This record gives sequence, structure tokens and C-alpha cells, in this order.
Amino acid sequence: MADEPLVLGIETSCDETGVGIVRGTTLLADAVASSVDEHARFGGVVPEVASRAHLEAMVPTIERALKEAGVSARDLDGIAVTAGPGLAGALLVGVSAAKAYAYALGKPLYGVNHLASHICVDQLEHGPLPEPTMALLVSGGHSSLLLSADITSDVRPLGATIDDAAGEAFDKIARVLNLGFPGGPVIDRYAREGDPSAIAFPRGLTGPRDPAYDFSFSGLKTAVARWIEAKRAAGEEVPVRDVSASFQEAVVDVLTRKAVRACKDEGVDHLMIGGGVAANSRLRALAQERCEAAGIRLRVPRPKLCTDNGAMVAALGAEMVARNRAASDWDLSADSSLPVTDPHVPGTAHSHDHVHETARENLYT
Amino acid sequence: MLLLALDTATPAVTVALHDGDDVIASSSQVDARRHGELLLPAVDRVLAEAGLRLDAVTGIVAGTGPGPYTGLRVGLMTADTFGLALGVPVHGVCTLDGLAYAADLEGPFVVATDARRKEVYWARYADSRTRLTDPAVDRPADIAGQVAGLPAVGAGALLYPDTFPKAHEPEHVSAAALARLAAERLAAGEELPAPRPLYLRRPDAQVPKNYKVVTPK
Ligand SMILES: [Zn+2]
Repeated sequence: MADEPLVLGIETSCDETGVGIVRGTTLLADAVASSVDEHARFGGVVPEVASRAHLEAMVPTIERALKEAGVSARDLDGIAVTAGPGLAGALLVGVSAAKAYAYALGKPLYGVNHLASHICVDQLEHGPLPEPTMALLVSGGHSSLLLSADITSDVRPLGATIDDAAGEAFDKIARVLNLGFPGGPVIDRYAREGDPSAIAFPRGLTGPRDPAYDFSFSGLKTAVARWIEAKRAAGEEVPVRDVSASFQEAVVDVLTRKAVRACKDEGVDHLMIGGGVAANSRLRALAQERCEAAGIRLRVPRPKLCTDNGAMVAALGAEMVARNRAASDWDLSADSSLPVTDPHVPGTAHSHDHVHETARENLYT
Repeated sequence: MLLLALDTATPAVTVALHDGDDVIASSSQVDARRHGELLLPAVDRVLAEAGLRLDAVTGIVAGTGPGPYTGLRVGLMTADTFGLALGVPVHGVCTLDGLAYAADLEGPFVVATDARRKEVYWARYADSRTRLTDPAVDRPADIAGQVAGLPAVGAGALLYPDTFPKAHEPEHVSAAALARLAAERLAAGEELPAPRPLYLRRPDAQVPKNYKVVTPK
């Protein structure tokens, strides 16, 4: 539909410079420049390296997205940007770019929540999100169970990790096994040839008195590291495939068990899984199996839409436009700890509309 | 010609409009932690004051630092994106050069800004338009010999009177000075460089130590 909002989204919360363009729930462009290779030798994302890379990559990535989408910037109905949560300095680069772009083009600006964007991106894959939708977000930065009643205004946190994010655990175990960074894809690969029941690693926070929806991966990480060290100390070879498979099984067992339980407890019949770890093949398979058994419909976007990207920000921005949510003010700031309960950062000042009107008149009228 | 100049490499968030003859509107606010919030409203205000629209701008001038990175990037990213959206050139001017120009001194002097971590960003000048050394970052005590006897301007000089006993204003750069300097250079047919940040330091990045053994010995 031509009258669906055409929105450009900018994402810089971590190490990916993402610029996406959507029309309503249709993906038109998903341009990403990653600085992951620059971080690899450090074994994790270095904030200053990421911020420098965002500044370099932003303009070329916007140009690439516009070309890919085959649209003109002046036809956009809005500019959306990740306002948080994320790395403060990295977020600020994206917010600065989005504000300047929106202002110069005379378009409304929407500062949106990174986590809500991870959920909303599934609209580009499977159509409008059912309301409510249960969402399991798992990546190197987050592990959360969220209940989304309205992705533009009502997202409730049910649980989150109390220590490491799921993706971090993958990175750390990969480092113990000397498999490099990032750890997720390589452990997934080794695990396919291993036995997931070879070693009984602990399932964190699954006792009867533990919080039902929170996660913990720190104890698992220590248990796996100890097991490997014991093997090494005994002069035995470490069975990398079996360790990978058993570790991965422990992670995805807990994730899917708690997600399905949350769906049942809340009477929600749709589960979406997003974030970089959603690319894990065993997580997808086990979630599918358990959702089918429980009568829950599983929605997992393709891996490229699960990792951080600009299309997810554009998808949420388009929803904000479609539902007439208030645009953000020109003094929008990056908020590294923006709560998930704020799907976007609406403007407050009355002068806001006035400023936008002025800006709109500035150009192309 | 209508230049929009901005600089966020010092605690000042500063914006100015220059019409080829002189600065016609400007704004400077000092708040080292709110560059991101203050810059766009300042641009809007300065344009409104001049009664002009952003699409009238024919070029952007951005202070390229050196300066604390997070704030510095706010100005450079904003300038780059304006350039993209408007299809106009973006010129880079060293922030220290802007301070030197505003100092308006005839003889040799030093510009030093606060680089935090007990260091200064600095350079030596023959006069207000002529820089003699590449911008550098150093501890004040380590450069005392190189700046001895010279007048000095900038917050970095004011902060370390032992090294810079003859320090005085201006404390921070102003976009008005940056715009005048750029306009003068452009009018003289000079090419100004692309607005690339002068970081001067490598990113803080500790390579994690070899995997730490968790089993008690
Ligand atoms: Zn993410």
C-alpha cells in the first residue's frame, strides 16, 4: 500500500552501523556496516572503536540504504533512531545523525527503544505482530522475556538475566575453547557434530524457588570452564564438539523452557525470538519443538534481521507513524539505560510541533 | 555564500551563520556533557535568528578537534549528515585554529585545550592565522620547555598556570571565529580538508588477558 509510512531507521547501539528503510511492514533496504572484525582481537566490543567506526560508516550506509530501497530521501515520512539502551557513545553518533537528517529534510524524528525494535522487526518477516506477543530477546547484550501488548506503547518486562547475557556466555566459552570471537556461530557449528547429552551442565535458576522468568548463565560458564580445565589438567584432549553441544543445550534448554512457561502463564499463544542468539540453530529447533507441543505459534525472523540492524528501527518507527505516536524533540538524547517500558521517547514541549512545522517549511515546500 | 559553522570539540556547543561578509547569527553554550542535546536546537535557533532556512546554506564548517571524542563526534556527525541531506560541501577546520583566530594575537603564542586525564591538546602559532606545529596531546609539565615565555589561550592553558603563566581568554572556541576563518580561507581560494576527527590518541582498548583460570589451585 502506497499510503503506508516510508521510514528510514538508524541503529548504532553496539558495533553495527545499521540503516534500514521500510514501507509499513515491508522491508525495502537493510544496509549494515559492521566493525566486528576490529573488535575480534580484543575478544569483545570496544566502545571507542565502535563509536569511531559508526562516524566513518554512517553517511555511506545511509546512501547505500537509499539506493537499495530505490527511494528518495524527500519521500520519507519519518526518521527513526535507536535512542537506547546500548553503548552511550555509540548511540550518540546515531542519534546525532538521525536528528541532523530529520531536521535537514523537514521530517519527524522518532527516538525508539532498541529492545522493542528487536521485537517489531518480525513484522517485516511474518506480518503484523499479534497482540499480545511474548518475546524472548537473546544476544551478546541482552537476555529478556518481554510481553508486548502494543509494541508502540505497552511492553512489559517479565524477566532478564541476573548476570551474563546469553551471547556473552557463548563468547566466553568460545574463548576458553580457543575458538575466537564472536563465539555464537562457531559453537553452533561444533555443536552440530557433538552430543548434547554428553556432559550434564547445570541449568541456572531452574529450581522451584528460583524466579520463574529470570536467567543466569554465570554458573554455567564457570562449570564449563572447570570441566575443560580438569580435562586439560589430566592431560586429556578436550572434546570440543561434545562440550559445545552440551553447553549450548544447557543454554537453549533454559531459554525455551522459561519462554514457553511464560506464554502458558500469561495465556499468550505467540512467541517471537529475536537478537543475535536467535540465529542459533539448536535454539530455533528446540523452540519449535516445544512451542508445537504447547500449541504456541513460534515466530523467528531470518538471522540477518535478528542481529542488530537499521530495518528493525525503521519497522518500529513506521509503527509509531502508523499509530500517530508523538515524534521526539530536537533535544532528544541518547539514553544508554532507556527502560524497555519506554518503546519510544516522545517529545514533551509544545514548541516541538512548532519546531517541526518550521523545519517542514524549511525545505521542499 | 552562507556558511553554517559548528564546533563541539570543547565544552562549548557553538553554532554560527556567516553570509560571506560576516557572522549574522551565533549561539554558544558551555555544557560539556550535553553536546548531543544542545546542538540541534542551537542550529534551529541560529537559523531563526537570521530569518533563514537550512536549505539556504551553501556549505558546512565543522571543528575537527582535537577534543574529547564523544562530544567531538556529535558535531562531526551532524555536519556530515547535513552535508548529505543538503548536498553541500562540509569543510573541516582544526578547533585549535579557531581558538587561535579568535585570540587575535600578533606575535607567537600557544593554544591549549583541556584533553582531560591531566593532559592538554595544544599547538604553537606564529600569529592568529599561522600554526607552526601539528596538534598534539601531552602532559603540561612535559611541554613546559616548548611553551616557555609564550602567551597562551584556551581552557587547557588556564587550567595549568605552572606551565602557562601567561594564559588568558578566549577559554573555548566559538563557531563565529571558526566561520570567519573558514570564510577567509575559502575567499582566498584555499581548499579546506574533509571534516575528519583529530583524535590524537588510540582508542582505549585493553586486549583481555589470557583466559583466567577459574579452578582454585
Ligand atoms: Zn540488540
